[in-house]
Amino acid sequence: MLHLVLFLVFGAICVAGAINLLAQTHPISSALSLVVVMASLAVEYLLLGAEFVAAVQVIVYAGAVMVLFVFVIMLLNAGAEERTKGSHVALVLGVPGVLAGGLLVAWTLLKRSDTGMVALGSLPGYPKTIGWLLFHEFLLPFEVTSILVLIAIMGAVVLANRPDVLPPPETKEN
Amino acid sequence: MLSLPIFIIASVIKTVLVILILLTSVAYTVWLERKVVGHMQNRWGPTRVGPFGLLQPLADGIKFLVKEDLTPPHVYKPLFIAAPMIAVICALTSIAVVPFGTAIPIAGYSIPLQVTDLNIGLLVILGVTSIGVYGVALAGWSSNSKYSLLGGLRASAQMVSYEICLGLSLVGVLIVSGSFSLREIVQSQSGHFWGFIPKWNIFYGGQFVAFFIYLMSAYAETNRIPFDLPEAETELVAGYHTEYSAMKFAMFFMAEYANMITVACVATLLFLGGWSGPVFGPRLLVAILPTFWFVAKVFVFLFIYIWVRGTLPRFRYDQLMAFGWKFLFPLAIANLVVTALIVAWRS
Repeated sequence: MLHLVLFLVFGAICVAGAINLLAQTHPISSALSLVVVMASLAVEYLLLGAEFVAAVQVIVYAGAVMVLFVFVIMLLNAGAEERTKGSHVALVLGVPGVLAGGLLVAWTLLKRSDTGMVALGSLPGYPKTIGWLLFHEFLLPFEVTSILVLIAIMGAVVLANRPDVLPPPETKEN
Repeated sequence: MLSLPIFIIASVIKTVLVILILLTSVAYTVWLERKVVGHMQNRWGPTRVGPFGLLQPLADGIKFLVKEDLTPPHVYKPLFIAAPMIAVICALTSIAVVPFGTAIPIAGYSIPLQVTDLNIGLLVILGVTSIGVYGVALAGWSSNSKYSLLGGLRASAQMVSYEICLGLSLVGVLIVSGSFSLREIVQSQSGHFWGFIPKWNIFYGGQFVAFFIYLMSAYAETNRIPFDLPEAETELVAGYHTEYSAMKFAMFFMAEYANMITVACVATLLFLGGWSGPVFGPRLLVAILPTFWFVAKVFVFLFIYIWVRGTLPRFRYDQLMAFGWKFLFPLAIANLVVTALIVAWRS
């Protein structure tokens, strides 16, 4: 019972953070709302029994990725964004579209009774279980993903460090 | 297993006790630092308030409370007020999973000396510490002053970089002991080998290199000399807390020293065998000795912190980054690979 209440409360916080992220004009406020979203997602994982995933969510997303976001915003010293009135197309088509999509997902989930339900906190997400799965059953996808991330990092380095943009190296005077 | 009311009462008492003890140790770590650094520099340190200046922390506390709390007009107020709170909350939270000793029997119940024992205790400390960066970074940004901003920028870059080395240095210990729970990690280090050498991870687990990587990245994580660039007085006035005064400044101060104590506790638990040590004598002594060993090891670690502060000059910023990424990081990975190979070969 307590689990369910907490789950709903943090779900609400998560959604509120996401809406606040869009509503805020200042980049730092938006970034901090995203931190709130990440942290409440971590609590949701914890309530579902995935304690390892929850901890990693906090350490990696809230603690490292978002710190770098805040760092870049601080470094660029980005000011407040300008308010636009927003496009009419987005308002007219977007809101009903989101509602329709949400209803469709809810209807599908409620109609299919064979998917089954799991009580909160009944799936133990112990680190050992996750390690075993990652290095036995899903070894190939895991390693392929790591190579994918490596390629992305190398791509970022190549893009950021183009030799033709850099000034020519100074010639040493003898 | 405790019943629910007993559990709640025990938890509340333990939480209050731990916070009181932690804050007192923070105050007296400051005193110790001023005394030790004073003697290293051929001065006396605080002597006026109480015998040996022992009441100096109390006097400082009163001073911080009654001083005028200035808020400069150009700051971004919500974050300016929230930043020291984030810093101090994160610093006080992470101590919750630290066990101070074995369970002690009180009124028929076995009460573990730890606020809460989690399966993922170590990860909780890492997570809470990684959130603590926001306190420093946001303080720097919301102060709207160039010195603060530079301090905040340096702090976030430095803490994210050294957190990687810190985390990697702990993985070796985790491989050797096979658990995230701090209590189990300590239990895996009990006993001796070759007759007399304790089975601590720093000796038996071969985590000697990891210990030094941890030591150095921990100094960087807590913004201590020689890694105190976020608050380098000679260039940045006071870095990220330039614009803070009175209790808000004291909160950053408390957070820094509380973090030092947590770091010392983690080092003790993971590398120095936690509360394990010779236990003998009557029942009361048996109950107290493990905690005594724990506190003694933490004290040694804190003393080294102060010793280093009194000895080493500050890094240059590029040296700091090069040291972290080009020396500590490869060394930590090498240590991890070697440890993993040895453990795999043994099993």
